[in-house]
Amino acid sequence: MCTVCGCGQGETRIEGHDHEHPHDHAHPHAHEHGHDHAHEHAHEHTHADGVTHSHPHPHSHGHEHAHVHEHSHTGHEHGHDHLHDDSAAHEHGHDTLHATGAPHDHMHYHQHTGDLHYGLGPAHAHAPGLSQERMVRIEQDILGKNNAYADGNRKHFAEHGIFAVNLVSSPGSGKTTLLVKTIEMLKGQAPVAVVEGDQQTSHDADRIRATGAPAIQVNTGKGCHLDAHMVGHALERLTLPDDSLLMIENVGNLVCPAAFDLGEAHKVVILSVTEGEDKPLKYPDMFNAADLMILNKVDLLPYLNFDVAKCVEYAHRVNPKLEVMQLSATSGAGMEEWLGWLMAGLGQAKSARQQNVDLLRKRIAELEAKLANSQG
Amino acid sequence: MHEMSLAESILEIVEDTARKQGFARVKEVRLEIGALSGVEIEALSFCMDVVLNGSVAEGARVELERVPGTGWCMQCGVSVALDALYDPCPRCGGYQVQATGGTEMRVKDLLVE
Repeated sequence: MCTVCGCGQGETRIEGHDHEHPHDHAHPHAHEHGHDHAHEHAHEHTHADGVTHSHPHPHSHGHEHAHVHEHSHTGHEHGHDHLHDDSAAHEHGHDTLHATGAPHDHMHYHQHTGDLHYGLGPAHAHAPGLSQERMVRIEQDILGKNNAYADGNRKHFAEHGIFAVNLVSSPGSGKTTLLVKTIEMLKGQAPVAVVEGDQQTSHDADRIRATGAPAIQVNTGKGCHLDAHMVGHALERLTLPDDSLLMIENVGNLVCPAAFDLGEAHKVVILSVTEGEDKPLKYPDMFNAADLMILNKVDLLPYLNFDVAKCVEYAHRVNPKLEVMQLSATSGAGMEEWLGWLMAGLGQAKSARQQNVDLLRKRIAELEAKLANSQG
Repeated sequence: MHEMSLAESILEIVEDTARKQGFARVKEVRLEIGALSGVEIEALSFCMDVVLNGSVAEGARVELERVPGTGWCMQCGVSVALDALYDPCPRCGGYQVQATGGTEMRVKDLLVE
């Protein structure tokens, strides 16, 4: 399973635990789990019964480990992670009580043997009366690491006058078709580059590249969303000119991408009229996180029972500030408004960069004047 | 939504702190989860048990503190309680309510030894 999200849970993690476990759980359970989560790629478990097994595990962490985990973004390698190897090991044995959070400090139950083990775990290393308990204040945002990467991306965008938008929707809403159309219509007006997020295949990036625009495919494996770290890596591989438009097409999913800031200027949620008009109520987090909703495939409205007014009303219940545009990437209807919105955003990004450059130039001039004076 | 990912991030924060502060065992992890954060408490709690296994916080109690949601009603011009993003203002019944609080997901503190 991927650690970026819980989607693949139950697939590779539990059944996929196919490396050998010679331990038979007759062990007096002192489980020295040698891995310290510094994420060496092959770790060893040495159980107290003397059984040692080591397993390599390519893992694709969504969270930091910046220095170690280049691979998940480059080689499209999507393994699973240490925790699952580990907890799968427990699966064979004493998972029952651990999973319920029962006070297993004092007891381990082994399904295989039916034995109860008291007082053998590492929890009993302390002597009574010598407790060193203390509180440690943390006060950290759980998504803090992603947010730090997102801030890094945002800074990069600002320095280069890049207007970045994060396109989110359910699968099949027409994101890629909209992108292709957008790129074609903006030809000669603004440089556009694309980051494509999908679980598998580079089909979408291929479609984008066919238009002549640079595109990088990020395969998330079993992950259900792009995170800021992945996008940062993609940026290293996309040579974006200053003052360009970056379109990030997220994994088709109306849930998870809502929580992950990629450093974009805006999230744009795309809903096609072939879907239900109540989707904003069913998936409120996404419609709340977005700044713009595009109602796509409006050329099909005559054949459908889709109530546009109702849909917009639902969307505004969840997010009163949500901007709404109706268009059809296929027929081209409404595209001008969308392109205008993009160009306005790009214009702002450009002028912010220009202001910054002007400020820097002014500062250089001041410093040079100062230097000239002191050299006198 | 992606509770396993959140649980992983929580473990990472706990282990970073353990490395920095040099404690060997975590007995309790206290989390603050906003009512409007989109996190399913049950799912997170399950994932925490799985993820903490074999870590410095194996067997730790996980206390989840639910922070109530609040929103700003544009019609009434006041802050109101909000149970879900799509709920109307409890005063005027309108939907011009922008979520302002209860979206947080934080690791608050740890009881360690």
